[in-house]
Amino acid sequence: MSESKTTTAPKPTTVEVRVPSRMGFEKVAMSTAASVAKLMGFRDDRIEDLKTAVAEACINAIEHGNRLNEKLSVGVVLSAGADALEVKVMDDGRGMNRQPDKLNKPDIDRKMRGEEDARGMGMFLIQALVDEAEWVAGTDGNSSYVRLVIRLDKDAE
Amino acid sequence: MQNETKTRVEQLTSAAGHPVAVLRFEGDIASTSKDAVLGTYQALPKETKLVLLDFTKVDYINSSGIALVIQLLIEASNCGQKVCAFGLSAHFTKVFTMVGIPKYAGLFSTQAEALAGM
Repeated sequence: MSESKTTTAPKPTTVEVRVPSRMGFEKVAMSTAASVAKLMGFRDDRIEDLKTAVAEACINAIEHGNRLNEKLSVGVVLSAGADALEVKVMDDGRGMNRQPDKLNKPDIDRKMRGEEDARGMGMFLIQALVDEAEWVAGTDGNSSYVRLVIRLDKDAE
Repeated sequence: MQNETKTRVEQLTSAAGHPVAVLRFEGDIASTSKDAVLGTYQALPKETKLVLLDFTKVDYINSSGIALVIQLLIEASNCGQKVCAFGLSAHFTKVFTMVGIPKYAGLFSTQAEALAGM
């Protein structure tokens, strides 16, 4: 007779932050994410990657999702698992109806010639700096989130 | 909430003996930094040919801040000026490289290395 064993994955530890839709408050979410990542044992360079990705996701939520409406807040949920940190950044906007092109790299030559806006690098940086990035639009038209995942063993030496 | 950008301008001389205008930034570089970055750059004397950006005291740069640096590079290119930068952290050196900035502005670790390369 075989003995059956049930193993349960440890429940992720969750930290939640809400920041006002005002430029600059992305740094609160960024610092919180960095603190959680440090507790999880991420290397310093990966924490820097995470900080930039979280800051850019919050800036998009503040500027495009909530349109700088300070009556609305941006929710940030950090779920620390055994080998990865998931970050959801939520706003009250419609979101995007499709995923951005994978690594839609800015073209510095076109920018220098004025053929491409000097701005518009946030989504590229998010995609380039974390292991997974997914944009999800709610069905009600006034809620959306971006989900980021950064893995603990990324490029482990 | 943003750590206001402060900019100080200094005149130095490159290793080759040419005058260099150094813009020393301090604080955050974000969307609110337009006057501190572009305004200060635009106030440089018209005869300026070499511009050096000092990021040593900058802790936070977001994509809007990077866009301001690119706008500065566009204006400098139109005026025939050479721009270099130093003092970026390893992370922001990586980010600047990811968006292609080194093609139009040399990135150096230290002021001495930058002045030697200008």
